Amino acid sequence: MSTQSQPLIIIEELGKTFTLHNGGGATIPVFGNLTLQIEARECVVLAGPSGIGKSTLLRSIYGNYLPSVGAVKVLHHGVYVDISTAPPYKLLEVRRRTMGYVSQFLRVIPRISTLQLVAEPLLDNGVALDEAYARAEAVLTSLQLPRAHWDLPPATFSGGEQQRVNIARSFIRNYPILLLDEPTASLDAENRAIVVGLIRDALAAGAAMIGIFHDDEVREAVATRQLPVAQFKLAA
Amino acid sequence: MNALAQQNALAQQVAPAPLLSVTGLSKRFGNVAACSDVSFDLYPGEVLGIVGESGSGKTTLLNCISGRMAPDAGEVAFATRRFGLSDIYSLSEPDRRRMQREEWGFVHQNARDGLRMRATASANVAEPLMNMGGRHYGKMRAETEKWFNRVELDPSRLDGQPRLFSGGMQQRVQIARNLIHRPRLVFMDEPTGGLDVSVQARLLDLMRELVRDLNLAVVLVTHDMAVARLMADRLLVMKQGKVVETGLTDQVLDDPQQPYTQLLVSSVLQI
Repeated sequence: MSTQSQPLIIIEELGKTFTLHNGGGATIPVFGNLTLQIEARECVVLAGPSGIGKSTLLRSIYGNYLPSVGAVKVLHHGVYVDISTAPPYKLLEVRRRTMGYVSQFLRVIPRISTLQLVAEPLLDNGVALDEAYARAEAVLTSLQLPRAHWDLPPATFSGGEQQRVNIARSFIRNYPILLLDEPTASLDAENRAIVVGLIRDALAAGAAMIGIFHDDEVREAVATRQLPVAQFKLAA
Repeated sequence: MNALAQQNALAQQVAPAPLLSVTGLSKRFGNVAACSDVSFDLYPGEVLGIVGESGSGKTTLLNCISGRMAPDAGEVAFATRRFGLSDIYSLSEPDRRRMQREEWGFVHQNARDGLRMRATASANVAEPLMNMGGRHYGKMRAETEKWFNRVELDPSRLDGQPRLFSGGMQQRVQIARNLIHRPRLVFMDEPTGGLDVSVQARLLDLMRELVRDLNLAVVLVTHDMAVARLMADRLLVMKQGKVVETGLTDQVLDDPQQPYTQLLVSSVLQI
């Protein structure tokens, strides 16, 4: 995947400011001058109180938000791709193959079975149908999602069950880079421990991660380093 | 199919060549500029959503790029099988029509515009195969039946007339008709427009699955932001004939940069 010395993510002088054109042109500065490198087997935890810009930073790295200044270079098949300037098809390719994202909420097409949703990232990467479904069953089993739920769409599931479906979609294949936005927020202790295990396994296998965890126990268990986002806060 | 998809994915990664390349396209109706200076590239396997309010020029743009209405200025180049990347309006009429028939599909908002309502459903679905030179009735019948199953239509309705079908069924017939000949590019004009939401969800999933399995490129016109989010990889936001913003779908919807896009996104009703 990569050599020891090559960081998987290089963030250079990154900054994000929102401009609300329909709110009288108000600007909301979030963060600036953020420089960071992340290597394989590292899990950088974004720290700080709510509203400091942790999720905004994570979304800017994923390309969900457009960075205002700076660069996010992601190692994709041996070449760095700058997320802030890459054309959409390239960004989609990076997301499909290299960089996964676990959000707090599950957002999927309604009425699709859980098993199909979980197998989807594999099918998108050209894995054969049988194998994709077998692996989907395996990951759902390891996350202890009751078998009776597999053929149902997750819309009616509890918050914790939906979150586990979300986690299953991201851990079913070995993304070299994973961005985690409070993946354990609505899980009980037992399931939290299972997710911590998945995260550690992925790190041991060479993944790089950036995460937001409000749960101290999880944070202690997975973080290799903490980044207090407040130090990059821009004055409003 | 999946080996093919993988091959395509790899090929795309090595040398991405656009399937459709639009440059400086403009179209006026009298004093009204329906499209001004629109440019974009579309790659194989990519779903491009065109969004904007009524009258913003979405349908005019779709008509111009799908060879149904010549633009006043600009070029619409398509990577044709026979001639390579060529301006579709500089091809001869028969060549252009043949390319449209063999390499493209067009799904209308209203199935009545895309189907022969008094021919049987199977005749509607099989017609593109005949257009491509198919003459073996049994084989075409079998292929039609396969596509009926694929779009989840009951094969017992093969010989029924679409005018006696529900709106959702008609739309499935239209989708089967537009995909059976394995096009590389499909244009869709509000494909789930008049359907109730439960039918819409099933159809959206079906279309997504087909896009993935056939490595289809799609240009999708819609004013429904939820449909755009679920279907499109990338969006063009139009206002008064101009493209005001373009980018990855979730980026445009979650972090819109332009005043008009911010207004559009903030106006979506939540349930």
